[in-house]
Amino acid sequence: MALLEVKHLQTSFFTDAGEVKAVNDVSFTLDRGKVLGIVGESGSGKSVTAYSIMQILAGTGKIVGGSVKLDGQELVGAGEKVMKNVRGNKISIIFQDPMTSLNPTYTIGKQLMEAIMLHTDRNKQQAKERAIEMLRLVNINEPEKRMKQYPFEHSGGMRQRVMIAMALACEPDILIADEPTTALDVTIQAQILELMGSLQKELGMAIIMITHDLGVVAQMCDEVVVMYAGSICEQGTADEIFYHPAHEYTKGLMRSIPTADTAGKKLQPITGTPIDLLNMPKGCPFAPRCDNAMKICISHRAEREIINEDHAAACWMNVKNRLDRGEIELAEGGEQDE
Amino acid sequence: MSEKKTLIEVQDLKEYFNINTGMFRSKPLKAVDGVSFSIKKGETLGLVGESGCGKTTVGRTLLHLYKPTGGEIRYDGKLIKSRSDIKEFRKKATMVFQDPYSSLNPRMTVADIIGEPLDVHKLVKGKKERQERILELMDYVGLNSEHAARYAHEFSGGQRQRIGIARSLAVNPDFIVCDEPVSALDVSIQAQVINMFDELQDKLGLTYLFIAHDLLVVRHISDRIAVMYLGRMVELADANEIYDHPLHPYSKSLLSAVPVPDPKVARANKRIVLKGDIPSPLNAPSGCPFRTRCQYACDKCAEAMPAFEEVETGHFVACHRIKEIN
Repeated sequence: MALLEVKHLQTSFFTDAGEVKAVNDVSFTLDRGKVLGIVGESGSGKSVTAYSIMQILAGTGKIVGGSVKLDGQELVGAGEKVMKNVRGNKISIIFQDPMTSLNPTYTIGKQLMEAIMLHTDRNKQQAKERAIEMLRLVNINEPEKRMKQYPFEHSGGMRQRVMIAMALACEPDILIADEPTTALDVTIQAQILELMGSLQKELGMAIIMITHDLGVVAQMCDEVVVMYAGSICEQGTADEIFYHPAHEYTKGLMRSIPTADTAGKKLQPITGTPIDLLNMPKGCPFAPRCDNAMKICISHRAEREIINEDHAAACWMNVKNRLDRGEIELAEGGEQDE
Repeated sequence: MSEKKTLIEVQDLKEYFNINTGMFRSKPLKAVDGVSFSIKKGETLGLVGESGCGKTTVGRTLLHLYKPTGGEIRYDGKLIKSRSDIKEFRKKATMVFQDPYSSLNPRMTVADIIGEPLDVHKLVKGKKERQERILELMDYVGLNSEHAARYAHEFSGGQRQRIGIARSLAVNPDFIVCDEPVSALDVSIQAQVINMFDELQDKLGLTYLFIAHDLLVVRHISDRIAVMYLGRMVELADANEIYDHPLHPYSKSLLSAVPVPDPKVARANKRIVLKGDIPSPLNAPSGCPFRTRCQYACDKCAEAMPAFEEVETGHFVACHRIKEIN
């Protein structure tokens, strides 16, 4: 059984301007010890998916449908008591901005010990020992001294290490990392990614890595979910997604990244601007920006289609390709859309 | 490229900020400490480094947005020093800022934002000419003429950056300092804006100083690249040369740390992971600024600052042990 099973998850924000379907029918599974990447641009719903799993949505946000099962236990509608036990103990989250996710008025040690004492029955002395042990685990020098310092005395990379130490203190099964290195410099990013990779192997936890950086995904993830406008376009193993992308959006993303080969040449950007979630089109949300959009893309959303056992995508192009190859046929008298 | 003439020449540029450390005490923060480079006409020089390395300060000091503490800036061979020099210079050299959200006045329409430099430098006569010029500039950056009467908040990040670029083009400049112009944008939009920089360069013969921390973007757009660390330039060479054969230990680790969007390459990649953090520029190490994180550091590195020398044609490096480690 999969460790985490998300099925047809739907989350909406009810704003004055109307309902914003931030997450629209998202399904994926995560196995023990695996790293899953969720990629997408701003507003694609990748962070909201994570917050929905943790049920830490902001005021106007609400899960309106679907299920999230952790180890077989349903979390949607399970109530705050169950979720309190899940957060921190079973699933932990680290956020993008290590500058604002620590309380500036308490020492690092106090904040770490608070988290440990809240989730376990350790006493103060034991919590302190555990906190020092955790700081050592994330490669912070002189942890005893650091315990007594405040967040402002630490650099960005150090603060992110403290956040990781805090998230891992109760040995969760799943660590959700929401853009964990976006605010950091490249060399510090390399340190943090290496640390996360080695801790993942050492502790055997699963990671959900939310990022917009395809480089980070390529380096860290076993499996990838690509999101656009609240829905999953494509999901599969990292190799499948990078080497055989099967959704026009993913293909466009891969083409638009500058690489060694593009120097001196034109990049091939995705045209247009991201979609307004308040004005979602009827068909495929990517159709207005898609160079290969067909009539059917504008009128109907493509169903998720299995490409092979490691790969699924929701794009009419795949259906068209299969039609062209003669793998499927239109019904007698059926009208071809293009 | 050698036949092209030098447009910008910077000699030993220094910019110190005074930081109060006590009631009557202050200490200089050496944001930029002796940087020299030149940019040829029509060329793009990429400037990379991590936060706090002084790359933005170089860009701003170059345009005299900060008064340089020391050093010389020459434009087209002419030393920029007096106030009238600076005013003339700013008609030729402009800037595009990182944050498309805070760099546009929310109370001004797009037409007024783009038109402001025209008014300041008195470049147009009459309303009609002004309007025509504004529409021409909007056309350059791919904005519709009906956008002219709207306010900045009505636009997406990518479009705002286009407005910022149109504004910087208003004075008909030869040289633009682009300070992280695409880092606030999504990947798909980023590519659109990068292409636009390319096209404008071809069309208007622009020269760029392109400051960014995204090394893939910088490699794509630059002819030559300079790497900065803690206020100093550590390496400068052709874009491909610096990526394929970096010589300075810092450049090596910086380039190896870039996550490559290719799983097989990423798995095989041997990263040189640096230990520790960048020291505070207030307490910069003696000698070579990188020595505290450098695996090759020796006694000599602590004693003297290595000179910025040309080790191969067009390839400058500042490292004492350059011969031994390569």
